[in-house]
Amino acid sequence: MYDGGKIVIGLIIGIGLFLSPFFYNAGTAAKAPDPQLTEKAKEAEVCVANKEYMRESHFSLLDEWRHTAVRDGERYYTAADGKKYYKSLQVTCLDCHSNKTNFCDQCHNYLDVDPYCWDCHIVPEEKK
Amino acid sequence: MNFVLSILFSIFAVTVVILIPWIGVGALDLRVLFGIVIPYAAMATFFVGIVVRVIGWSRSPVPFRIPTTAGQEWSFPWIKSNPIDNPKGTWGVVVRMILEVLTFRSLFRNTRLEYRRIDGVPKIDYEWEKWLWIAALLFHYSFFVIFLRHFRFFTEPVPAFVTLLQNLDGFMQMGAAPFNGFGLPGVYLTDMLLMAAVTWLLLRRIFYSQIRYVSLPSDYFPLFLILALGTSGMLMRYLLRVDVTKVKELAIGLFKFSPVAPEGIGVLFYIHLFILCVLIAYFPFSKLMHLAGVFLSPTRNLSNNSRFVRHVNPWNYPVKTHTYEEYEDEFREHMIEAGIPVEKQAEPKAETEEKE
Repeated sequence: MYDGGKIVIGLIIGIGLFLSPFFYNAGTAAKAPDPQLTEKAKEAEVCVANKEYMRESHFSLLDEWRHTAVRDGERYYTAADGKKYYKSLQVTCLDCHSNKTNFCDQCHNYLDVDPYCWDCHIVPEEKK
Repeated sequence: MNFVLSILFSIFAVTVVILIPWIGVGALDLRVLFGIVIPYAAMATFFVGIVVRVIGWSRSPVPFRIPTTAGQEWSFPWIKSNPIDNPKGTWGVVVRMILEVLTFRSLFRNTRLEYRRIDGVPKIDYEWEKWLWIAALLFHYSFFVIFLRHFRFFTEPVPAFVTLLQNLDGFMQMGAAPFNGFGLPGVYLTDMLLMAAVTWLLLRRIFYSQIRYVSLPSDYFPLFLILALGTSGMLMRYLLRVDVTKVKELAIGLFKFSPVAPEGIGVLFYIHLFILCVLIAYFPFSKLMHLAGVFLSPTRNLSNNSRFVRHVNPWNYPVKTHTYEEYEDEFREHMIEAGIPVEKQAEPKAETEEKE
């Protein structure tokens, strides 16, 4: 007796599962994120750190700010260029980046990141 | 091969695997080669290799049943049988296989021989060794969850189950270390569990003398490869970050067959990707094929029905037989003449009787 038939059925199911990302992506149009800067952010030109660092590790900085501000009471951050910033998501970050939908959410949604900022902080009202 | 040599050989091989993309992308900027060509080649090797090997296995004949009978066989109605550990039919086998594949029951039964000295008297002990089972469960499920979590990089929109997994996996919302700048993205439990489990699976090969004796470079190499894969991935997540938006563009490009190799992704990503490519390209040629092979374990997936179903070996060549009936037909007259009793009386004799 041979069991080839059953094995081939199992093989097709298994390979199908492994190929599922191909099938899934074939049916959908992927749109790359397009974060927009507000006029105020464009005017300011510099963020609290360089662009690459902010793209890749802004959450580390925010975490550090949270820890040092909340636990140690250090409310001011000195940037690499010597400029001082008040450590606050709502007052400092969102002052320039007031467009959450077109800035934060662009990449966060694309990469399915669900930051817990808004568990405590109030989602900014966006001016249309 | 001596075990030290085996380990050194495997470490050397993995080091080369890490250095190739480091030089290739870091120094020579061969993004298209390492981001597109090699991943496709590795995927092709993976799929074709698995199909070829499984088809090869499927051509093997199944001449008889060799299930392990770890329970009472089905017999009389008043004898309680164990339908899972000694399955009589398909459903018992299905349950047995599901338990085997999902909970690794064979490993659960693992025992280990130990020499002990009790009051100066040497003694042999068989210990029920469950660490292998625990580490294997942790390792496989962590790897599976991590694999599924990676779907966020190559599906758009991201399916809901990936979001759910991420939330469950990172529910502790803690950093990897108690100091700042190390892991705001909540540490994933599976990352830690995977590394711990792989480390144990490696250590047991080094510290248990019996396992050390049977370990080969083909055992150490995948372990080191997976350790390197996990380390590079965790480094990328927690310390030396790369631009994940571009990583996702590259990954989606691969799966949509419109590949792009964007500029500005850190070399660490290419190291991670290359280790993965080596792992999946090596997959069909290695012990890792147990991914498919576990479903084909004949001691688990055959029902114990030899007592009531005839299994014919397909290898059997047509055997020339000469049954007793044929024998008697051939020699009946001689047998009657010699006074040997026959089962069927000779035809002509019956005719003569009728005439009388």
